Formats: sequence, structure tokens, C-alpha cells
Amino acid sequence: MRRHKAEEYVRRVIVTENKKKQINYTAQMGITQILFWVLSIMALISAILVVVSKNPVHSVLWLIVVFMAISGHYILMNAQFLAIVNLIVYAGAIMVLFLFVFMLMNLNADTEPQKNIWAKIAGVVAAGSLLLVFVAALKHADMKNQLAEMNKGDIGLIHNLGMALFQDYVVPFEISSVLFLSAMVGVVVIGKKD
Amino acid sequence: MPINYYIFLSLALFCIGVAGVLTRRNAIIIFMCVELMLNAVNLLLVAFSKMHQHALGAGNPNAGIDGQIFVFFIMVVAAAEVSVGLAIIVMMYRNTHSTDVNFLNRLKH
Repeated sequence: MRRHKAEEYVRRVIVTENKKKQINYTAQMGITQILFWVLSIMALISAILVVVSKNPVHSVLWLIVVFMAISGHYILMNAQFLAIVNLIVYAGAIMVLFLFVFMLMNLNADTEPQKNIWAKIAGVVAAGSLLLVFVAALKHADMKNQLAEMNKGDIGLIHNLGMALFQDYVVPFEISSVLFLSAMVGVVVIGKKD
Repeated sequence: MPINYYIFLSLALFCIGVAGVLTRRNAIIIFMCVELMLNAVNLLLVAFSKMHQHALGAGNPNAGIDGQIFVFFIMVVAAAEVSVGLAIIVMMYRNTHSTDVNFLNRLKH
């Protein structure tokens, strides 16, 4: 009986220690926290500007800013390979492809006809309701003690990712090459002038 | 960094993408909003992978590496999807001289 009580006491001490650690963690405002908030606000504002910009070229440029912010988040979480791939593939290749298409089409800001204002309001309300449902569902989830590890851990380095990719995920890797080939053939077939 | 900050950041980015898809009419802007939603999911996958590494990393040094591999494959599929989608949009522009999605509502020109 006494032993049981002692165990209970030890457990309670551990719980309070963990809570103290949590409070210390949230109270201290290190450089990582400052960078997290700056990158988050940058990503959110640029994402909103992607949606509301009238000129499509400005939308593309703001989307590049969003990708830069997300790459910064990856570097904060020490996922360096994904940060570089995100910059090269998304901001470097895909966005240049979008810009090429815009310049080929010679679209101006006034070519987009104005839609019914009620349809716009309905779209924003629907997206806001989706956000509300998600937040309400996840607000009371029990994840207070789950931390995303920042600045350390080496699973994001290219050595470990390459070992996992070529040992456990060889078959999906090869299948993705087939996917690229079929996408290439599809693009040529679709874009051919007939 | 607590994981719920990352969850709510990704939710906000995803819902901004949904709002863009629902409100804009230009097909390329809609496409860019889809890219925004994909990136929100990627960010959440990386955050969860780091969370698993924090929770299980003592026993298994490779805990959580699957999330980052999945992000890599999502990027691969997104690149293929963008090439095909932009080809379709260029073909649509050649037929209708516009990228308004309302011209497509009968799936013929």
C-alpha cells in the first residue's frame, strides 16, 4: 500500500516537472520561435495575396514567396533535403512553367470577367466554414505534449533519406519514373497542334 | 515547437487555397491554389515526421523518415500533374482564347 502511494507521488512529480518544462518551453522566445512566427505570417499574408491579386503574374510571384516561407519552415525543422528540393522544383521549375504559360497567353488583368459578387462571398464563406470545422475538431485534441523537433535530428539529411529511398522505397521510385514518362507522352499528345 | 501550431498553420494555408479555388475563375489561378493546398499538406507531413522522431527517436533513429519520403513523392506527382494540367490549359486557350473556367462547363467549345 505504501509502495503504491510512493509510486503515485513519483508519477505526480514527473507530471509537474513535465508541465514546468512545457511552460518554460513556451515562455522562452528563442530565435527559433521568432523565425517560426515570422515565416508563418509571411506565408499566410502571401497566400492571401495570391488569391486576391488581380494580375496573374503578381499571383505567381506571391506564390513563390509562399514557397520560400515553407522552405524556411523545412530548414527550421532540419529537413534540409526537402527544403532544397522545394526551392528547386517548386519555386524554380513549376513557377517558371506557370510564368511561361502566362507570358505565352498574354493575359491582362482585365481579361478576367467579374463574377457575381454573391458567388465570391459564398466561396469565402464555404472556405471559412471548412476552417471553422477543422479548428473546432482539432482544438481539444490531446497533443499538448507533442513537440515537433526543431534544429536537430538527422532524418532530413540527404544521406538518411537516400538510404531509405533506395532501400525501402525502390519500387515506388521506379514507378514514379514510369509516371514521368507517361506524363511526358501525355503532354506531347495533348499539346500537339492538330 | 508544439505540433498544434503547425497543424493550425497548415489548416489556414489549406483553407486559403480552398477559398481561391472557389472564388477565382482563371484556370491557372485555380491551379496555383491547388499547388498551395498541396504545399500545406507537405508542411504538415514534415511536421508530423519530426514529431514522430521526437517521440520515438530514442529507440529507432529512423523514426518518422517515411513522412519525408512521402513529401518527396508528392512533389514528384505534383510536377507531373502541373505539366499535364498546363498542357490542357494551353489547349483550352487555343480553342476558346480565354482561360475562364466557365467556358468549360459543357466540356465542349
